[in-house]
Amino acid sequence: MFRRATSLLARPIISSARARTRPFSTDLPATEAGDSNFIENWKKLIPNIDPPKTPLSFMQPRPPTPSSIPTKLTVNFVLPYASELASKEVDMIIIPATTGHMGVLPGHVATIAELKPGVMSVHEGNDTTKYFVSSGFAFIHANSFADVIAVEAVPLDHIDQSLVQKGLAEFTQKLSSASTDLEKAEAQIGVDVHSALNAALTG
Amino acid sequence: MASQTAAVPFWRAAGMTYITYSNICANLVRNCLKEPHKTEALTREKVHFSLSKWTDGKPQKPTLRSDTPED
Repeated sequence: MFRRATSLLARPIISSARARTRPFSTDLPATEAGDSNFIENWKKLIPNIDPPKTPLSFMQPRPPTPSSIPTKLTVNFVLPYASELASKEVDMIIIPATTGHMGVLPGHVATIAELKPGVMSVHEGNDTTKYFVSSGFAFIHANSFADVIAVEAVPLDHIDQSLVQKGLAEFTQKLSSASTDLEKAEAQIGVDVHSALNAALTG
Repeated sequence: MASQTAAVPFWRAAGMTYITYSNICANLVRNCLKEPHKTEALTREKVHFSLSKWTDGKPQKPTLRSDTPED
């Protein structure tokens, strides 16, 4: 009910900053929680009732971009059913982007990368944890936070080599016998995923 | 800068959306898992839903579907 309150209240009040141009979100400083403009206007119109909390006040502000490059990368690796890594501080992650395997170090430029089926490795000191990611996205923010989201991610030792070989053979055969565009695309996807799985197990 | 028309991936050229592509990839990966993890993953992703078509403002008989994730 209050979702449209901000826009409804803003309309009759002529705000001075009419033509507000927004800078890129990476350049914005971390804003304080709460929508101060909304609260001010509310207090003017309805001084007796406390202003309702807007979604903005529930959100934690984005940690600001530090002036010097931080030493660690904070990774949030999430799946639809579980949060694999939540704000884990690591040295480097290598993500399988569609443009190739990409290493992300602290201080990396802000990037959005689409992931292809492949291995993601998380490097922390001398340990490396590898996951096979089916597909997803990686958002790297300017303040050395990385959010990797995937639909399915498994540690490499959960993968069965023989099933992968069988799948690869099956899809290569389907690819040669496919007729419609859609069938060809599906078979191609099958071949891509299985070859990536194979490479992950043998590489 | 790249030209205005970026190269489309092959699955989009064939009329598939990203979500379909992503789900197919995820299913293929799930099918290649070793045993206890494979059954866990497949049971986790099962969907059950009941679908009813409406005509003249009244719902018709619902069809209950417990589809395996392939569909």
